[in-house]
Amino acid sequence: YFNRSYLLFGCAYQQSEGRELTKEEKQRLRKEKKQQKKNKEKKDDNASQESEKEKKSVSSSSSAPQPPTQPATQKAPSAVPAPAPAVVPASETPAPVEKPAKSKAELKAERRARQEAERASKQGKKGETGQQAATGKPKAPPSELQPVVKRLPEHIQVDNPDVLKKLAKKLERQQIPLRLDYGYKVSLFSHLHQYSRKAPLTQQLSIPSSVIHPAIVRLGLQYSQGIVAGSNARSVALLHAFKQVIRDYTTPPNEELSRDLVNKLKPYISFLNQCRPLSASMGNAIKYIKKEISNIPSQCKEEEAKGKLLNCIECYINEKIILAAKAIAKYAIEKISDGDVILVYGCSSLVNHILCEAFEKNRKFRVIVVDSRPRLEGREALRRLVQRGISCTYVLISAVSYILPEVSKVFLGAHALLANGYVMSRVGTSQIALVAKAFNVPVLVCCETYKFCERVQTDSFVSNELDDPDDLIVTRKGKTQLEDWQQVPLLGLLNLVYDVTPPDFVDLVITDLGMIPCTSVPVVLRVKNVDL
Amino acid sequence: MPGSDKETDLTERIEAFLSDLKRGGSGTGPLRGSAETARETTALLRRITAQARWSSAGDLMEIIRKEGRRMTAAQPSETTVGNMIRRVLKIIREEYARSRGSSEETDQQESLHKLLTSGGLSEENFRQHFAALKANVIEAINELLTELEGTTDNIAMQALEHIHSNEVIMTIGRSRTVEAFLKDAARKRKFHVIVAECAPFCQGHEMATSLSKAGIETTVITDAAIFAVMSRVNKVIIGTQTVLANGGLRAVNGTHTLALAAKHHSTPLIVCAPMFKLSPQVRREYTINNSNNHFVSSGEILSKVNVHCPVFDYVPPELITLFISNIGGHAPSYIYRLMSELYHPEDHEL
Repeated sequence: YFNRSYLLFGCAYQQSEGRELTKEEKQRLRKEKKQQKKNKEKKDDNASQESEKEKKSVSSSSSAPQPPTQPATQKAPSAVPAPAPAVVPASETPAPVEKPAKSKAELKAERRARQEAERASKQGKKGETGQQAATGKPKAPPSELQPVVKRLPEHIQVDNPDVLKKLAKKLERQQIPLRLDYGYKVSLFSHLHQYSRKAPLTQQLSIPSSVIHPAIVRLGLQYSQGIVAGSNARSVALLHAFKQVIRDYTTPPNEELSRDLVNKLKPYISFLNQCRPLSASMGNAIKYIKKEISNIPSQCKEEEAKGKLLNCIECYINEKIILAAKAIAKYAIEKISDGDVILVYGCSSLVNHILCEAFEKNRKFRVIVVDSRPRLEGREALRRLVQRGISCTYVLISAVSYILPEVSKVFLGAHALLANGYVMSRVGTSQIALVAKAFNVPVLVCCETYKFCERVQTDSFVSNELDDPDDLIVTRKGKTQLEDWQQVPLLGLLNLVYDVTPPDFVDLVITDLGMIPCTSVPVVLRVKNVDL
Repeated sequence: MPGSDKETDLTERIEAFLSDLKRGGSGTGPLRGSAETARETTALLRRITAQARWSSAGDLMEIIRKEGRRMTAAQPSETTVGNMIRRVLKIIREEYARSRGSSEETDQQESLHKLLTSGGLSEENFRQHFAALKANVIEAINELLTELEGTTDNIAMQALEHIHSNEVIMTIGRSRTVEAFLKDAARKRKFHVIVAECAPFCQGHEMATSLSKAGIETTVITDAAIFAVMSRVNKVIIGTQTVLANGGLRAVNGTHTLALAAKHHSTPLIVCAPMFKLSPQVRREYTINNSNNHFVSSGEILSKVNVHCPVFDYVPPELITLFISNIGGHAPSYIYRLMSELYHPEDHEL
């Protein structure tokens, strides 16, 4: 069994050399190491030493993708015994075939080299090319393909009690209250959180909160109550709050600004995540800020550093959101002709901006606003458009197939664009795209590039957000049918927030880089990453 | 005089029925199921047959046609009224033909030979007087009434043939037929039902509470989530307001979207519709614009905006997999044949 398993492992590895190591493979490796220790009694000390270092190296490599403020001490011992384990298995295991032993050594050397590469890149990208040469991998060097060991985000693992325990411990450490789930969750979505709007996280905080900056507390409350909604609005609000945090920040003595400020931001981000799960655009903004902070050279004075950071944030908002909106509007206006009947769904700030711009440029068109329960965001869009003087029609989403024969184009906004070309947007968008496709009406999605996301997803179940189920309750003709839904044991209410639209329903995506098809999203992501 | 008393009584009842119909459609009165409407219409027609003054079949048909036109004009969207009138007219024709002694089949078949030899319009003018005609017609109408009373049960009996255990079934809005269908299957099988609430009236809520009280695990979703959730659905079972002659449906709004989503995921779409919903009408649109107050509240915008609130959707027959009616299951392509058995072609236009 032992020999065969090695063979299998070795062969599997040989076939898929370019693949990053999964957790299962590492565990298997560890198990086999343990078995090796048991079977070969000679060199007991050596074997135990080696398996210990193995475990440490495995654990440290799995923690490599975490933020750069890993204490340097953890990495040192793993770097030291690098040559030793490579030699030991070759001598300890004469029985197994030559091929698997070499692949294991190769594995470890690679892992070591990858850790070095990542640490070096996080400290300012010096000597990256040196590390690349040390890997000895025949395929493309790791920095280009970035084989990062991905950690699943916590908010889609609610059904895993270990993950929940870890989260609770982390929040306790950061002194942030844990938000509890509410109500009966539909079984298909038991892996997601479901919170109630009536129990905001701030009720569990002490006032004044010593751990969390008041601007962040306010922001968290605005998110959880739905006062600030829409991905652009949330990102801009987040960046403004962070600017306030940076202004009020002072470096404690014996600490570096680049490391300490990032540590300060972590509990804030956990808090905001508890109030409402972060959107893809917010995630990208946070990544950018953290990168900028850690790139501050250590000899920079505090005032200068803060000024630089504030400037960076301003630039980000200006470039990625405001100027991008102008560029997208310029491209989109080319697509609107006189006499058009345009259908929009919900309230997308970008689409509203485009329509207002087009109206300023004297294009003659009319708009049909489609709305859906329970958020009824279309009313806001209706208000904005009617104020400008655009002639509008208003329908609910169930009437979409009634109104579509009149429509010439559909403009949709997006919450994020996924790397496999799927469009993640407000729930109902995929439905509109489906019906539009059935009636042969072109569907155009407008999205800024900072919302592009490296995740992939094929359905709306695996990663989504569940809103307060009580929102579905409504009174019609004096009767509220679902008032006591909690008492009825078999009744569940589902209030989804997002859904994914397959790329074959979307005809064109208008971004600030130009008009691209849905499938070109990973190309744009790659171009962006190389630039960074 | 007893005759005129009966007549005034009859006219009173007809007027009461008409005003009921008018009220039911505007959404203010109690919403009546179509089975109820069908039964009441048939009962009223039986009363007309019994109490009105007529001497030959032709007279009776004229009276019924006249009243029928008034009834359909009172509430054009309620097609069961028209359907029942056509059924009764067909019954009268049949009974007349039977009394005359000619067999039914030769009358029905429009063969080329018959067309050439008949030379013009049919000779039937229904002027002959038969003493037993009244009794026969009333008996036949009673049979029709019994059939109407059993339709929901007949459909529900077929439930176990179509639902297996651990299925996820989706439905939209509220249909009493589908409710009975699912409750009957729930007695023996365990499955999960997802109900789309069907805004703005949100009748799906009522359906969901009723199903969950019967022991079925139910989930309520918004109309916007229909496509998002469809990938996990095994079957879509819906009711309808009318079945059109080409096999298409006139159903509550949102059904067309549901049908398209089901087609995209290759999920079978099953329509539970009793035979009295079959209508020889063609597609027509019904919009009520007076329910604006349901979902647009701010007054200043309301004046500048057009609001549409269609009540029904047309679903083409290509999207439908199966019809389940009280006489069994049929494909959409067979509906035209059933139509020809239920109604006489001359009655298609009242």
